[in-house]
Amino acid sequence: MLQINRYVKVSSLEEAYELNQKKNNVIIGGMHWLKMMDRMVGTAIDLSGLGLDEIIETEDSFEIGCMVTLRQLEQHEGLNKYTAGAVADAVKDIVGVQFRNTATVGGSIFGRYGFSDVLTVFLALDTTVVCHKAGEVSLQEYVKLPQDRDILVKLIVKKVPMAVAYQAQRHARTDFPILTCAVSYWNGTWHAAVGARPGRAELVVDENKLVSGETATAEEAKAFGKAVAKQLIYNSNMRGSAEYRQQITPVLVKRAMLAAGKGR
Amino acid sequence: MMELKFSLNGKKVSTIIEADSLLIDVVRDLGCLSVKRGCETSNCGLCTVFVNDKPVLSCSVLAARVEGQNVTTLEGLQEEAAEFGAFLADQGAEQCGFCNPGFMMNAIAMFRENPHPEEEEILSYLAGNLCRCSGYEGQLRSIQTYLAFKDSQKGGV
Repeated sequence: MLQINRYVKVSSLEEAYELNQKKNNVIIGGMHWLKMMDRMVGTAIDLSGLGLDEIIETEDSFEIGCMVTLRQLEQHEGLNKYTAGAVADAVKDIVGVQFRNTATVGGSIFGRYGFSDVLTVFLALDTTVVCHKAGEVSLQEYVKLPQDRDILVKLIVKKVPMAVAYQAQRHARTDFPILTCAVSYWNGTWHAAVGARPGRAELVVDENKLVSGETATAEEAKAFGKAVAKQLIYNSNMRGSAEYRQQITPVLVKRAMLAAGKGR
Repeated sequence: MMELKFSLNGKKVSTIIEADSLLIDVVRDLGCLSVKRGCETSNCGLCTVFVNDKPVLSCSVLAARVEGQNVTTLEGLQEEAAEFGAFLADQGAEQCGFCNPGFMMNAIAMFRENPHPEEEEILSYLAGNLCRCSGYEGQLRSIQTYLAFKDSQKGGV
């Protein structure tokens, strides 16, 4: 059971950062995952008074505050126009509307959960993470770092011209995914982020140019999918075996590539 | 121990909570027994309440977080609940009824957000409300007949 000694709604990031240096203190996002833990928390640090619950669209980027909910991601017109609905596709089967109304993007990304649809889709975009002390880091780098005592303040998604699509495999809607997959074409190259293997999502870039351009043929998409599956490490858990996950990777990559709508 | 002030079903309330009190327990202690604890793993939707008119899972919300906010439970939505509930009963949608309050809350949230949902939109919006005695068909029929009734009241669409 989760036990909390003290609750503090902080009035600045610095206050949150200082409180967060103590090992038994923790920042609360949507608290869904945290609540499942058997843990004694000294101080629960709440960032919800800092105005970090907004998606700000500028000419060349989206700034997504860490307290933005998954439902906000799902319903944001600009972000979904830019990603041709891929962001909404990624979150729409996460539990239910009520869950998505409180689960936060900061919690999803900071947790670097293996099953994370959210992490998968943002990895395929040109995303950076802004931390209070460490500053701006690419998401690709951030995902590999261990959880630290810094604060994830916001995500920045740059509006590079992009084609992108999302696919996931689930036993049933609202369950954890068996495999997550986001593909994107930008800067002249295809990218595929694959997660729930069941390890956390990783990005594979088509460096060998198996795909000639933005409009991939079915054969090219299949070839890139196979290359992605070969490059990643898979494991088994109660939702599926390593072999199954590896088998369906090229299928999801191909489907997503052929569906990838052009971002605007 | 800390004092918590918020609005519950339109009335200002003040109560004493612990730092780790969950919203579900606080509203139940204040008499809102429609709010049910089903799974306690943020999955079943039985504990659904509105915070500032948005449906959330009260089993996973720290009570301290609703300071100064508006919380609504089914007790505060009696008129809508009675009206829609009659359609659920007509379809014999439920057997034990334990999931009913959470389901009604989320259905009401959907009616407000999207008064003319397609079947797929209904299934998607209510996917986070579990019922262990039905196959959801009766609930779906009751929603569709209720929406048709609401439209006919307005003179049809």
